[in-house]
Amino acid sequence: MASKYMIHTGPVPHRFKPVTRSGIMAWEEGCLRCAECVKDQCIYNVFDKRGLDPDQMIDSIDNQCMDCLRCVQGCPKELIHKSVNPEFTSMGDSHWSPDIIASLWYQAETGKIPVSGAGYPGPFSGPGFDSMWTDMSEIIRPTRDGIHGREYISTGVDIGETPWELCFTENGEMKSEPPGLIHIPLPIIMRVPSFGSYNKETIRGWAMAAERLGTFLALPWDMNTDPLDCIPGRLMPLVSSGSMPERVNNKIEIVELLWDENYEKAIGEIGKIFPSALICVKLPLGNKAEEMALSLWESGCSIINLEAGYNGRMEGDGSRFLKEGVRSVHKALVEAGLRDRMTIFASGGLAMAEHVAKSIICGADAVFVDFPILIALECRMCGRCKEGLPCPVRIQEASSGWVAARTINIMGSWHNQLLELMGAMGIRDIRRLRGEAGRAIFFEDIEKEIFLSLGEVGEGYELE
Amino acid sequence: MNLNNDDFHWPEPIRTGSRFRNPIGKYRLDRTDDCVSCGRCAEICKYGVNIMRRGQVFSENHYLCVGEDCPEPCYLACPAGALSLRRNPTFDTMGDFRWTPDLLVSTWYMAEFGSIPPAGLEYKEGESGGGFDKLRVVLKKGIPDREHPVSDNDVDFSVALNRRGDHAHKIKINLPFYGGGMSYGSVSISTMLSRIKAAAALGTFCCTGEGGYPDELKPYDDHVITQVATGLFGVREETIQRVKIVEFKYAQGAKPGLGGHLLGDKVTAGVARMREAVAGYPLFSPFPFHSVYSVEDHKKHVDWIKSINPQAVISVKVSTPVDVDMVAVGSYYAGAHIIHLDGSYGGTGAAPEIAKKNIAMPIEYAVPKVHRFLKEEGVRDKITLIAGGGIRTPHDAAKIIALGADGVCTGTSELVALECVRCHNCESGRGCARGIATTDPELMELMDVEWGTQRIINMFTAWRRELSRLLRRLGMKSIKELVGRTDCLVHLDYMKR
Repeated sequence: MASKYMIHTGPVPHRFKPVTRSGIMAWEEGCLRCAECVKDQCIYNVFDKRGLDPDQMIDSIDNQCMDCLRCVQGCPKELIHKSVNPEFTSMGDSHWSPDIIASLWYQAETGKIPVSGAGYPGPFSGPGFDSMWTDMSEIIRPTRDGIHGREYISTGVDIGETPWELCFTENGEMKSEPPGLIHIPLPIIMRVPSFGSYNKETIRGWAMAAERLGTFLALPWDMNTDPLDCIPGRLMPLVSSGSMPERVNNKIEIVELLWDENYEKAIGEIGKIFPSALICVKLPLGNKAEEMALSLWESGCSIINLEAGYNGRMEGDGSRFLKEGVRSVHKALVEAGLRDRMTIFASGGLAMAEHVAKSIICGADAVFVDFPILIALECRMCGRCKEGLPCPVRIQEASSGWVAARTINIMGSWHNQLLELMGAMGIRDIRRLRGEAGRAIFFEDIEKEIFLSLGEVGEGYELE
Repeated sequence: MNLNNDDFHWPEPIRTGSRFRNPIGKYRLDRTDDCVSCGRCAEICKYGVNIMRRGQVFSENHYLCVGEDCPEPCYLACPAGALSLRRNPTFDTMGDFRWTPDLLVSTWYMAEFGSIPPAGLEYKEGESGGGFDKLRVVLKKGIPDREHPVSDNDVDFSVALNRRGDHAHKIKINLPFYGGGMSYGSVSISTMLSRIKAAAALGTFCCTGEGGYPDELKPYDDHVITQVATGLFGVREETIQRVKIVEFKYAQGAKPGLGGHLLGDKVTAGVARMREAVAGYPLFSPFPFHSVYSVEDHKKHVDWIKSINPQAVISVKVSTPVDVDMVAVGSYYAGAHIIHLDGSYGGTGAAPEIAKKNIAMPIEYAVPKVHRFLKEEGVRDKITLIAGGGIRTPHDAAKIIALGADGVCTGTSELVALECVRCHNCESGRGCARGIATTDPELMELMDVEWGTQRIINMFTAWRRELSRLLRRLGMKSIKELVGRTDCLVHLDYMKR
């Protein structure tokens, strides 16, 4: 099957046993030695398959338990219980939650979409992207074949300035310069996370994944070291006005510039160092992002990366999120008549496939994804590496092949999840999803529309 | 069926305990060797936790212990200091934001006893932090139950399912809820039969879902809704003619816009026969109806059913997109009697997690939107609005009716009554390890139909009694009076006081 239809994934085992939500406590003391022990009746054969992992000194039983509780409820002496695993609940933080981390591990291991029964178990809504829902349509042209890879639902986007018009000569030859656009088949650029126990081998693995996916790996210029020269075409180096590179690599197709006051001068310099590369300006997403985006256009920049923080929050008091910032910049550019000519990236805190689709609905063309490609490598978001402590899952020892395969699995799973969301909406090209706020339901709008009037409680009344 | 039928009596709840040896509760009592078997704990326990037998005391029913809510705690009264109370660690591993462990255990209590738990458990709402869990019913203070103007027996719970006044069956259900579709294949025949037999005993209905109409259901034909969904699995003229209600399923809350998918493992020989398919191969119920692109196309479907079964009441089950109000009014104009909205957070079937969380709107938003729109169109009293997808408790039911529904559709709560623990592994391998959502012959043996029927009857009896208490406190004689009464609700985030 053609690669544009789907991303090929396959099982890539963990190197360590994942941390599980709960553990089994089974006591031997008081055991009656029943002829038919509940442990033998486990339908998942958990008690037979258990083993000690000598490397990590843990019992593998917790990783196999499926939480059916039949042994807990069957043992005549009530010797088996389950308990919440504090190691699991303390992983990450409120944004990079234990559930998100565990789900990313599963996707990296299997390459599959997480599927489960029995309805949605989570909160009603939440901050940031958790306060919007996507639309579906009851009567649409079927998209199921696209979801199964039998026809093409495009997730590809173009990066670069779109010309208003093309001019042709009288005999039909194109007079205007061909537009310098780069096409990526997935609206995602991968980015080396701001911390992590990775090394050159890891980065090489990510770059290999970027090559196979047809996208880019963004990384600070000083990380762009020799071992990576084999695939420089898939790299998107980040430079700043203070640290312009001297070395020139003509294969670099796109460069990112960190915004500062001297950005205009820096753009000129980059143009000389990388004459054929597109330039994307990384703009911290704050209260003035709309104005800054407009002035960037004035100075000839058509590609902007709106950068929120590590947890998807904008600069300032932390009450606004990537979602709000991207919507607002998109709207400002639409009003200025510039939106179709520019490329907008959203970045910072994207943790799930739904965040890609939601960023695009809010007005981005594509996104940067960073920590999920680290969590794909079993990262537990413990932050020990930031303090110089050893990584519990020794990411630095992973081979580049394994890194690439795990990363491709995550991206393959996200690609399929994008197809699910787009399929339900009846949208067959992700470029048509951009700014489609009418095909989404925003908590802040509908919550008030429905519930604002439910506030009256008279004297002498009580609530139940 | 008619509520005014004098022959109808509510079935009595019969205590029906857990299928498993150790029921799970919130608390555990530890008894040390210091116990002198004085019997004091058994004497003061009102909940049947501590039992005196042949001169010895046992804490037998930990799961009934109400913990800190106990007015006379045995662990404080024990003269030997041999008892101590702690939370059951297993309890905290269960459930989630929507179905908290408290809700699971209180639903099991209702399914065992037919009444709400006496204390110790939050049985009214979950911890999702929005929607139902932030809505409260507003009640007048200080009217003791016995002084209410209406008595328990005078409360009318019936809901008319045909309000068009056409020549289709004039069906009334005795309770404002019926069972939502769960197909043969996704759940076992015992689960299906338990649900349908309970529905028959309570004077309501239960839907077959899309997976055929097993012969075992024949005796209950008058309480069956058969589903016509996009895969048309097991749909035949004969099955359409057998029933009084036919449901078109356009979409479902578990995976709005994505159709159904039964994994190959669950397609056993029996399931394959019923669905006229091949055993071992996955079955897709595609999305959407490939012949429906407009209200006119939809009307063609409705007319097709009416020509096969002229008296059939037609229900249209849809999900909750942005334009759900337009969909509802379109269904009315195409001739539907029931518009069944399936909210996006509900569902029982296996679905991609991205779909469960994100696609379409929660039922708490969709119902008031549709109710309002149908009223403005002037057709609200010509169609029955049923809400499903996330209704867990009698309080949820009361809240969604006050927001504008005529009645509700249940699914997960019935599975919980059958002792589902919401491990979410319904779809993997042989299916449900607890014998509810499985077609594995060995696992199906775990559940007996009589047991399951009584558990569901018990739970709905508890729901009815609780709704009756709420209605009487609101001074209402009929559930119909509650429809659309948003003034009986308050949302905690917008409360002015």
